[in-house]
Amino acid sequence: MIVQNMMQKKWVSIHAEETIGTALKLMLEKDVRYLPVTDDSGNLLGLVTDRELKDASPSIFHQNEHPEDFDKPVSTIMKDAGFTAHPFDIAEELSTIFYEHNISCIPVLEEKKLVGLVTEREMLHAFIQLTGTHQPGSHLEVAVPNEAGQLANVASVLKDFHLNISSVLVYPSHDEKEKIVVFRVGTMNPLPVINHLIDNGYKVKWPPVPGENNGK
Amino acid sequence: MGNDAVFVYSPDLLSYKFSDTHPFNQLRVQLAYELLKDTGYLDDKDIVSPRQATDDEILLIHDKGYVEAVKKAGIGKLSKEIGLNYGLGTEDTPIFQNMHEASSWIVGATLTAVDWVMEGKAKHALSLSGGLHHGFRGKASGFCIYNDSSIAIEYMKQKYKARVLYVDTDAHHGDGVQWAFYDDPDVCTLSIHETGRYLFPGTGSIHEKGAGKGYGYSFNVPVDAFTEDESFLDCYEKSLWEVADFFKPDVIITQNGVDAHYYDPLTHLSVTMKTYAEIPRIAKKVADKYCGGRWIATGGGGYDIWRVVPRAWSYLWCVMNDKAPSGLIADSWLSRWDKEAKHRLPRTWEDEAGIYKPIPRKDEITSKNRATLEKSLYSIRKSS
Repeated sequence: MIVQNMMQKKWVSIHAEETIGTALKLMLEKDVRYLPVTDDSGNLLGLVTDRELKDASPSIFHQNEHPEDFDKPVSTIMKDAGFTAHPFDIAEELSTIFYEHNISCIPVLEEKKLVGLVTEREMLHAFIQLTGTHQPGSHLEVAVPNEAGQLANVASVLKDFHLNISSVLVYPSHDEKEKIVVFRVGTMNPLPVINHLIDNGYKVKWPPVPGENNGK
Repeated sequence: MGNDAVFVYSPDLLSYKFSDTHPFNQLRVQLAYELLKDTGYLDDKDIVSPRQATDDEILLIHDKGYVEAVKKAGIGKLSKEIGLNYGLGTEDTPIFQNMHEASSWIVGATLTAVDWVMEGKAKHALSLSGGLHHGFRGKASGFCIYNDSSIAIEYMKQKYKARVLYVDTDAHHGDGVQWAFYDDPDVCTLSIHETGRYLFPGTGSIHEKGAGKGYGYSFNVPVDAFTEDESFLDCYEKSLWEVADFFKPDVIITQNGVDAHYYDPLTHLSVTMKTYAEIPRIAKKVADKYCGGRWIATGGGGYDIWRVVPRAWSYLWCVMNDKAPSGLIADSWLSRWDKEAKHRLPRTWEDEAGIYKPIPRKDEITSKNRATLEKSLYSIRKSS
């Protein structure tokens, strides 16, 4: 998946000359935690997060002191945007940046112009789509030998049963000699295919087959 | 008020049939009907004939394009690709002749049940062929074409201005109904089902609470695989009472899928007939307390059509009439079906003890379910 297909295409941003007070109001009203700061032509200048705003706000014990601070432009408190992405970047790469650098918002730029925003939320949504759980289906786990061609073998069985696959994930197994392939298939009745896989020597990790194990 | 309860039935309802090998088999409705007749629990005066739903009624929930596609499919005039986009012609919902008409009978049956109850002609009504809770606005899913439950709810809202509580004890999450009313504060949905971790459709987590104005009106209690009677009933009874007390419905519509039974081939729960004797009793008490008795019950899932469904659905009718069947099953019914049955038919109303080996993780499962229930009801427990 590329960034273009997962980023927020509508976002809330703020002009560099707007005040800190306006930024605070925007964040509360629009219920966002990140405000990209832009100039007249929509180029990205920096980022204001709720942390910068907290730092700039007086303590709740001194609410009414220095109200003039809220009239300063946001450019005085914005931070460097740090990591940015291009619409054609790969989503998987972005997830590594989120994870390794412990950040939660990456602006997407074409040249210097802001064209999108990726937050942890978009990242998670991309993974939800990868797992296929947004579509009705059954979950099937098959342990296969850790060697070439195994995925194709199981997939062709699913094909023979006319089952539409909404997603495939391959997990490492604790046993290095095997891998766990997880399918989400668009059927309420995975029993025929499970029985077929078992009859053909596959280890189906779940669902348990009645009468086989787990007390059933 | 005339009857206490009516039973909606006619052989037209059995025309909803995908194929001879498909797990969804409406012969189970006939089996339950005959079991009740043979034991004397069902009297002819309590039976009412269904009508077919009109297009306008089906369109209360479904998209026009989808309904047209179902009609075309039923006369063999729908292309394969277009069908698949509507979920028609898949392994789960294959195309069959006159599928629109067959589905309209089922919707009409549930609407007939609704009218009897909402016009005050009966306190309770039973539509065993209905409860097709997976149907979406524009897509067939999980053996379901038209979602009679959703249509019935919208119909009650519009025609009778009713606040409706939908209660779903099918082993599969009642996704079609939940999504249809996800942002609607006048419809509250409660679904108790096997966790979607492995089982179709995969949704129904405790975090699905509704959206917009409907936030807080959707409740899910996903129980662990191998859950037994005691824990299942604990989740059901507590959630139903508390949700009813929170929502104060005008009417209750229950989806009584019976596929959580140990014998059911499609799911992994371990409840027995004890659960199916108890589920309607509690629904009735709740309807009596909050809705002046107004309660419509439908069927739903149930894929062991010999050992589970006839008895479980008969209980539903008996409870509506304050009867409690027990002991031996009528000989006439047994001898009529014994030969055709794929399993040895049960001889008693209750399941024999020890139909399954003890579940080793019982305590773990029970405590997990208790935690799930607590989280699911958190929003309404907190405010009380």
